[in-house]
Amino acid sequence: MNKIKIALVGQPNVGKSMLINSISNAHLHVGNFTGVTVEKTAVMFEFQGYKFTVIDLPGTYAFTDYSIEERVTHDYLCNEEYDLILNVVDATNLEKNLQLTAELMTMSKKIVLAINMMDEADAEGIAIDGQYLSELTGLPVAKVSAVARTGLEEMLYLAIKTHKASQQELKLIFSEALEEEITTIKAYLDRHKFKASISNRNIAINLLQKEKKTYRTLHDNPIWIELQPLLVEADKHVSLHHNSDDIKEVFAEEYLAFNRGIIAETVKAENTEIKLSMTEKIDRILIHPVFGIPIFLFFMWGLFQLTFEVGSIPMEWIDGFFSWFGELIGSSISNADVRSLVVDGIISGVGAVVLFIPNIVILFIGIALLESTGYMSRVAFLLDGFFHKFGLHGQSFIPLVTGFGCSIPAYMSARVLKNDRDRLLTLFIIGFMSCGARLPVYVLFAGAFFSEHHAGNILFAIYIGGALIGLAAAKVLRMTAFKGLDEPFVMEMPKYRLPALKLIWHTVKTKTWMYLKKAGTFIAAASMLVWFLSNYPHNAALEASYASQIESVGEEKASVLRNTLKVELLEQSYLGRIGKFIEPVFTPLGFDWKMAVALQAGLAAKEVVVSTLGVLYALGDKVDAENSGLMKVISKNIPFPSAVAFIVVIMIYLPCLAASVVFTKEAGGIKYFFYLFALTTIVAYVLAFVAYRLTLLIV
Amino acid sequence: MKKLTECKKGSSCTVIKLHASGPLKQRLLSFGMMKGVRIELLEYSATKSTVEIKVGKMRIALRKEEAELIEVEINE
Repeated sequence: MNKIKIALVGQPNVGKSMLINSISNAHLHVGNFTGVTVEKTAVMFEFQGYKFTVIDLPGTYAFTDYSIEERVTHDYLCNEEYDLILNVVDATNLEKNLQLTAELMTMSKKIVLAINMMDEADAEGIAIDGQYLSELTGLPVAKVSAVARTGLEEMLYLAIKTHKASQQELKLIFSEALEEEITTIKAYLDRHKFKASISNRNIAINLLQKEKKTYRTLHDNPIWIELQPLLVEADKHVSLHHNSDDIKEVFAEEYLAFNRGIIAETVKAENTEIKLSMTEKIDRILIHPVFGIPIFLFFMWGLFQLTFEVGSIPMEWIDGFFSWFGELIGSSISNADVRSLVVDGIISGVGAVVLFIPNIVILFIGIALLESTGYMSRVAFLLDGFFHKFGLHGQSFIPLVTGFGCSIPAYMSARVLKNDRDRLLTLFIIGFMSCGARLPVYVLFAGAFFSEHHAGNILFAIYIGGALIGLAAAKVLRMTAFKGLDEPFVMEMPKYRLPALKLIWHTVKTKTWMYLKKAGTFIAAASMLVWFLSNYPHNAALEASYASQIESVGEEKASVLRNTLKVELLEQSYLGRIGKFIEPVFTPLGFDWKMAVALQAGLAAKEVVVSTLGVLYALGDKVDAENSGLMKVISKNIPFPSAVAFIVVIMIYLPCLAASVVFTKEAGGIKYFFYLFALTTIVAYVLAFVAYRLTLLIV
Repeated sequence: MKKLTECKKGSSCTVIKLHASGPLKQRLLSFGMMKGVRIELLEYSATKSTVEIKVGKMRIALRKEEAELIEVEINE
């Protein structure tokens, strides 16, 4: 079967993904290429006896290689094998979109131009003469609408036709001054019978654009000796004519002039102002200097509520299902060790991952809505001023706020940040926002040491304190590890659009599935490790001696004994031994080995800190934060300064295992995990020490 | 010499010169900001740290530091 490989290229926000969804319809076959941050997606489908492979490249405004997305697209177009470029443009903003098209036209590749969003253009009274546009530029033109699903088949026929055609004659015309120089260089190349895979005219254009690869190739050719002075002269002439020595600027101006000419000939716009002012009307409210931020905070509050209130309903079902499932499986396994591994290790570990699915789904829907409606860039506009002071980006706000609920979706939502350094910095800061799972620990300690009246304020202070430490840490990191020039903040504020439900569904589905697949395997493995460390080695002698004692006493005493057994077993387990071993490290903070072990258990999941403390202080397994018995025991057994230091550590130290795994995945390497470990450990230790000493002084 | 940030909200101006360089200049150019192009000033954020402008049909948000690198002439 014939194959056509298409590179899908366009500026951001022209509906490339929507188009790819519409053409491939239900036969979607999505595979992900591994990239550090930006993934290009390949979609395969069949049409008219051809096997199409469409590579969805990240949107790029110009054919440059500054940002990661631009680099992915640039490198793909320059270095990979493909049959033709499908250049998608927005019918309602041709002038801007054709800038990229003009650049692509100098690449000597076959191009099909897809003018997307024709439905919107019609509604706005914009008429485009596609035929004439095609005649003027030499580009095959398809007018399509991904949303209304019009013109899609014609576009594919055009792609097949272009693929079959031997050569494409593109007509990109420059100003007289530039054309003159192009002709001179081309004539020189022709005269020396220079032949390459691309036309001599395009070589001339590339030389004038100072395209590195062309230079490199020609530099090794003997004709270079005479070509070089020719180029110097041409460059001088062009600079003089444009009054600029920046060749990129010169070409941008040239392309714009060309595009304006084309548009003047082919586009008839009537009442374009009506729809546009719609966006401006909405903007007048949403980015209002005074009301803009409160409105945004309200939206965030709503999303937050939805994520953690509505999300908690199915979470209960999932939790219930896994404990039922665990019991069911457990009862069918006779070997105690295997049963413990399967039930306490694997099932509860995987259950913990699946548990977050409702949160993640709701949050992803929210983020997809924010992004696809065009509101996200308004948020960055509103908040960039504040966040920039701390070296963060305006869009960091969303992951940071999400971090107050759960770090896992927060790490994943950091993907909204397009710049790698901003994203990494945000990832490192998210942990400072106290997640929901740490709440029980705070409630326990606040209740143990403060009156009910003050406990609420203490909780609030803990949360705010964490956030402030996080912002301070961001500032410090920005001045040290993430040093460098600030990423310029120049961002398109797209038109407001109603979100396409199908696309949102698709995005959410893919992301959720990836979360399950990636995090699930790792977390399952890691929770098995933690299970192993806290259950081994077995001590049969100890168990046997307790078993005989338990038998000989009454039911009440037996439960106390069982707890003591648990404590002793935990104490002699690998985890307990590690706790004992590192106890001296925690002595300066006023912790005993029990607190040290509880902290380590918290590495598995923060909620476990409370239940571990319960076990260690021999109260029984079923303790929660409101347990007044535990509160009493804690206020009696733990000195106040140690408790303060303990809270500080809980606020700052490494996020739970599941979150750490997601962090490592999102940051793009295990080394980042060690950086995070070092950062959180050092900050937590130093601040806890300071807090301990200060409280000792005061109390 | 007037900077873009000296324009009032709701006014319009014409670009005289871009004083930016490197990636920032490239980004500005790819957004259609080059000499002779008309810019409309739509909105400032509360602390004037960011500004929203309109170039052609495109609305663009800029940080103050970047906007100051655009030399303009205010239109009557």
